[in-house]
Amino acid sequence: MALLEITDLTVSFDTPDGVVKAVNGMTLALDAGDSLAIVGESGSGKTQLAFATLGLLARNGRAGGSVRFDGQDILNLPEDKLNAIRANEIAMIFQDPMTSLNPYLRVGEQMTEVLMLHKGASRRDALTESARMLDAVRIPDAQARLGMYPHEFSGGMRQRIMIAMALLCRPRLLIADEPTTALDVTVQNQIMQLMADIQRDFGTALILITHDLAIVAGSCRRTLVMYGGRVMETGPTDDLFEAPSHPYTRGLLNAVPRLDVPQETLRTIPGDPPDLTALPSGCPFSPRCPASHDPCSSLMPPLEGFGSGRLRACHAAREAIT
Amino acid sequence: MSGPLLQVQDLSVTFDVAHRGSWPWTEPHKLQAVKQASILLEPGRTLGLVGESGSGKSTLARAIVGTVPVSAGRVLWRGADIAQMDASERRAHGRHVQMVFQDPLDALNPRMTVGQIVAEPLLTHMPDLSKAQVRTKVGAMMERVGLLPALVNRYPHEFSGGQCQRIGIARALITEPELVVCDEPVSALDVSVQAQVVNLLQDLQREMGLALMFIAHDLSVVRHISHRIAVMYLGRIVETAGAAELITNPRHPYTRALIASVPIPSPKAERARPRPVLQGELPSPMAPPSGCVFRTRCPIAQPDCAEASPPLTDLGQDHLVACPHHAEP
Repeated sequence: MALLEITDLTVSFDTPDGVVKAVNGMTLALDAGDSLAIVGESGSGKTQLAFATLGLLARNGRAGGSVRFDGQDILNLPEDKLNAIRANEIAMIFQDPMTSLNPYLRVGEQMTEVLMLHKGASRRDALTESARMLDAVRIPDAQARLGMYPHEFSGGMRQRIMIAMALLCRPRLLIADEPTTALDVTVQNQIMQLMADIQRDFGTALILITHDLAIVAGSCRRTLVMYGGRVMETGPTDDLFEAPSHPYTRGLLNAVPRLDVPQETLRTIPGDPPDLTALPSGCPFSPRCPASHDPCSSLMPPLEGFGSGRLRACHAAREAIT
Repeated sequence: MSGPLLQVQDLSVTFDVAHRGSWPWTEPHKLQAVKQASILLEPGRTLGLVGESGSGKSTLARAIVGTVPVSAGRVLWRGADIAQMDASERRAHGRHVQMVFQDPLDALNPRMTVGQIVAEPLLTHMPDLSKAQVRTKVGAMMERVGLLPALVNRYPHEFSGGQCQRIGIARALITEPELVVCDEPVSALDVSVQAQVVNLLQDLQREMGLALMFIAHDLSVVRHISHRIAVMYLGRIVETAGAAELITNPRHPYTRALIASVPIPSPKAERARPRPVLQGELPSPMAPPSGCVFRTRCPIAQPDCAEASPPLTDLGQDHLVACPHHAEP
């Protein structure tokens, strides 16, 4: 049985401008210890998918469908039941480490709070464990660092602290939402390496949410490409990069400038990201798709399997084969 | 027209930072944001500026545009020192150098329409134009950057990030400048839109003969758009060369580390990529290391690196590097 099973998840928000449909029927599964990258641009619904899983949606948000963790449906659970799962079973790392740490509290206090609340640990034990965890994310002089405030750390160090906090309760699933977007390449490199080591050492399953295809290539076993709140394509990372099947995946890969291969002009995806209040009834990518034709704008193609363990939702790609 | 468009000679920028809880009369800390930077930019060419955050690349750009006071050194525009210009010459000079900013929405006044935003530089730099002339110019420029001229009365919040960046570019180009300084113009954009904006800048450069100064932390984008690249570390330019030469034949250990850190969007190439060479993070610019500023993170540091700051030396073919122990090719 899969560790996390999301079936037909929808997330929508009531706003004065109408209903914003952020996620429109997402289905995915993740095994224990496995890693999955969710790739998408802004407005693809990748973050709201994670928020819905952990019950963190804004007040005007509604989630439907089902999210099963270890066989138990955790979607729309009451707050107290969710709190038992958060941190203990599923932990999350957010994009901006400065805004996710409390600037008024010493790092040690923020870390021990997690253990005292979730594990009922004593203050002394919690401090020892926190220092050990800071050591595990390679923060030198961990004991002394516990007494420091978040502003006394650099961006990369703060992100290491966030990772250490997320791992304190030894969760079985770690969701990292754009963990390196605010960081420099050299530091990004260090953090991605750390995440890979942590995943191996702790046996944690990982969902990496990002817009950066380049960091996905080296870090996750499987990749899922999202657009307009739907799955466009998913499969083993190597196959997906080697032979992208969906026009959107191809477009994304072509649009990335590469250091190792010089290009004359960058191939672009024309148009703008989708307007989530007025999505087409068919494929959300159809207004920008070079292969768009008759059924695309009115009929959403089904997500169907092909190759080894790959899935895609595209009329054009299916017709090319049959 | 011959000779360089812009020449920056030994430019330094120092900021005063007060001590914590100090008296008003105590000597403040000196933060050396840029130290002895020299660059040369020919008309119609692109200079890329790369470095980690805190390397001083934005400060250098701002000093060139004139929004940050220069502490030492000179900025020459077609051979004339900008610091020597009087107020009216300075204003006239502003027409030639324009800027495009990082966050497209933050850089636009939310209470002005797109038409007003794009037309605003004309009010300062070409006050003699009639209203009708301004309207035609704005319409033509909007069309040129790929915006429908009919959207002229819309407000910035009605546009997407990529469209807002196009508005920012239209505003910068309306005075027909010769140099546009782009400070991280595509960092806040999605991959698919980033490529559109990069291509637009390249097209405009070809058409209008623009010189570009392109600042970004993303080495792949900089390599793609630049003719020449300068690498900055802690306020110093540590290496500069032609774009292809710098990427394929980097000499400074920092440039090498920077290039090695760039992830490659291909699983096979990514697995073959040599793993981190650089530990730790940028030291504080308030207390830079003695001698070579990079020595604290340098994989090939020698004892003598702590003694003197190495000067930029020419390796031939306009490839300059500030490291006496630089790796041989």
